Amino acid sequence: MTKSLLFVGVGGQGIILASKILTEGLVKFGYDVKMSEVHGMAQRGGSVTTQVRFGEKVYSPLIGEGEADVIVAFEKIEAARWINYLKKGGILVINDYEIYPQPVLIGQETYPHDIIEKIKEKVENVVVFNAAEVAERLGNIKTQNIVLLGALIKALGIESLDWESVIRENLPEKMHDINIKALKEGMNLGAV
Amino acid sequence: MKKIMTGNEAIARGAYEAGCTVAAAYPGTPSTEILENIALYKDIYAEWAPNEKVAVEVAAGASIAGARALSAMKHVGLNVAADPLFTMAYEGVNGGFVIVTADDPGMHSSQNEQDNRLYAPHAKVAMLEPSDSQECKDFIKEAFDISERFDTVVLFRITTRIAHSKSIVELGERKEVKVKEYKKDVKKYVMIPAHAREKHVEVEERLKRLQEYSNTTHLNRIEWGDTKIGIITSGISYQYAKEVFKDKASYLKLGFTYPLPDRLIREFASKVEKLYIIEENEPYIETFVKSLGIDCIGKELIPICGELNPDIIRKALLKDSKKEIYKIDVKIPNRPPVLCPGCPHRGIFYAMSKYKDIIATGDIGCYTLGMMPPLNVTDTVIDMGAGFSAAIGFEKAFKMANKKGKIFGIVGDSTFFHSGITGLIDAVYNKSNVVLVVLDNSITAMTGHQENPGTGRTLKGDISPVIDIKEIVKACGVKEENIRVVDPYKLDETEKAVKDAYNSEETFVIITKRECALLKDVIKKRAGRYVRVNHEKCRKCKLCLKVGCPAVFVKDDNLVINKDMCNGCTLCLQVCPFNAIEKVGEWND
Ligand SMILES: Cc1ncc(C[n+]2csc(CCOP(=O)(O)OP(=O)(O)O)c2C)c(N)n1
Repeated sequence: MTKSLLFVGVGGQGIILASKILTEGLVKFGYDVKMSEVHGMAQRGGSVTTQVRFGEKVYSPLIGEGEADVIVAFEKIEAARWINYLKKGGILVINDYEIYPQPVLIGQETYPHDIIEKIKEKVENVVVFNAAEVAERLGNIKTQNIVLLGALIKALGIESLDWESVIRENLPEKMHDINIKALKEGMNLGAV
Repeated sequence: MKKIMTGNEAIARGAYEAGCTVAAAYPGTPSTEILENIALYKDIYAEWAPNEKVAVEVAAGASIAGARALSAMKHVGLNVAADPLFTMAYEGVNGGFVIVTADDPGMHSSQNEQDNRLYAPHAKVAMLEPSDSQECKDFIKEAFDISERFDTVVLFRITTRIAHSKSIVELGERKEVKVKEYKKDVKKYVMIPAHAREKHVEVEERLKRLQEYSNTTHLNRIEWGDTKIGIITSGISYQYAKEVFKDKASYLKLGFTYPLPDRLIREFASKVEKLYIIEENEPYIETFVKSLGIDCIGKELIPICGELNPDIIRKALLKDSKKEIYKIDVKIPNRPPVLCPGCPHRGIFYAMSKYKDIIATGDIGCYTLGMMPPLNVTDTVIDMGAGFSAAIGFEKAFKMANKKGKIFGIVGDSTFFHSGITGLIDAVYNKSNVVLVVLDNSITAMTGHQENPGTGRTLKGDISPVIDIKEIVKACGVKEENIRVVDPYKLDETEKAVKDAYNSEETFVIITKRECALLKDVIKKRAGRYVRVNHEKCRKCKLCLKVGCPAVFVKDDNLVINKDMCNGCTLCLQVCPFNAIEKVGEWND
């Protein structure tokens, strides 16, 4: 069975790195993997997504509406923006973190602060935590992407694979310990 | 060895394995990483050219000299390079010559959605289309072989989802290909009319041989499944078709897409009951199939506009749309891209925004965002270079009609070298009363920080001479008193320059000079600098919001500045009439 997942968030949150580590791991563990990312305007604070699909044999790198087994939203309203991609019964992991887009900053549009409650009214499996807080407690806010990656791995039920070695192989040595801790914290938080 | 790679990385790897010796390109999403990755191989000379036409000509020269050569660009880049493409189609090659065109269906980061497959029949060159990263690598090697065997330029057409999707690639070794002997041959390499007339006949003959090849090559293959439905497809569309139909259809999968294989298509069509053509954007394959007198279904069900995906195919061809999805009724604010905090482009846009009768012909780069609220400065964006040249036409038209308005043309540093210089020359030569602004942030920022002729470094990272923009402006004949070089972080200086320019009656040039805030060295240097609001002094006039910085916003009715985002450019501080914004952190310049 092919599994599909979606990372969504805002440029600069480390989404591309998290999905890179995930795909490197999946290849290492013998899956066929396809991943698609959109570059370009991303750096300028726009929405960013990467899509990953893995299984025995994968054709399309793109996920259709209602097809994602798991969505990881690095920012609250991005979860809402992409919710139509979640499969019925799929898991939505939300970072309880707000980044105001420009139209909100200049007062043209309003930020829906109660968005998580609204999502919970409709979606059965929602996992919410503040990954930035966890990462800061661990000593480096930049590891919030790895905390979220840990939660995703748990949500996918592939936490028994040797992800520590994947971290070691894909990050510089001085970043190993803190990121392995971040990954484990994420796995603990990722249970539905 | 197996590796997961993007299509762009795989193309670079393919060029390396194929024994490519020279590669030249100008950056452009989604093609940029091809040259960035080729540059990592020391066996290949790789360069950023100032524009795509130069890049293709550099590669053409290398090919004629006997080297395997490659050039890569985004789809609109091939418009710029169309001139050498069309004539190299006549001259043919010595060392293999491959041009990669990276199209952008869905326009993730482009100004139009042109389908460059149509260039192949127009220029009469062979074309290949890979459908995953493995094919990107393998087909590049095939492309070089085809180029040498048939004496033709090969167009290598990819799209965003091929360029930026990752899939697994089996790596190979580099084949050492010697730079061939160069023999002077004016009938082949000097395209005067007499030679070109003969060449055109040869090109037509070559197309016949290429079509024969297309009918027999393994690059075009049939995958038999259920024969009730037959699907002809290529590129990423093949993956989408397989995703939707699996083995419930038969496929004619085309990797060699110009010339198209007429016999193979007839054979395939005769054995299936219903024939679908699944392709993104233009009905390129469909038109050909129909010209053979074969009935098929394509664009009447599959849209021409936008990027294709499995969902669209499912809905169009299987009438299957009863998927259950989650929906919530909350208005979700948009998240458009914005000028970054500390972006050096902001200052002059802010200064210009105060003049209601300035018309700004803009251009492509980060500074395109000068059109966004609250700045709202830019009036037009067409293509690279038009920021300068369209300004001239605007000014001339207004003058002929006695209309009022001051025209400012705006380009970035990379755009200036790409095609701004010719517009500048036109302005001086034809005495245009325009203001031409170069936003020099010492990098090609939009596409992800590539070096350019003004940065003092090459693609390979070597130090090189800095081409001085002000010296060029002077050399083109702009009077010294009509040139201003300003630091856009200094608002008074910038406003003064805009004012002088506004009042000038001659061609006037402003160069704003300040490095991109996202450059690693700049981030390091400015780390820890930020400004904050002194709430005792703040009167909530909100003038600071007018600079349009994402770090400055209203929270719980107070103005606040996000210290993690702020890099201390101090534009908001300079705008504040009550001195309510203060510097924090270390400032030693
Ligand atoms: C013909 C063509 N080639 C390439 C591109 C891709 N592209 C868009 S903007 C840009 C560079 C802009 O650099 P610069 O002018 O220095 O402005 P900056 O982004 O640094 O502000 C490029 C290469 C394009 N749009 N058109």
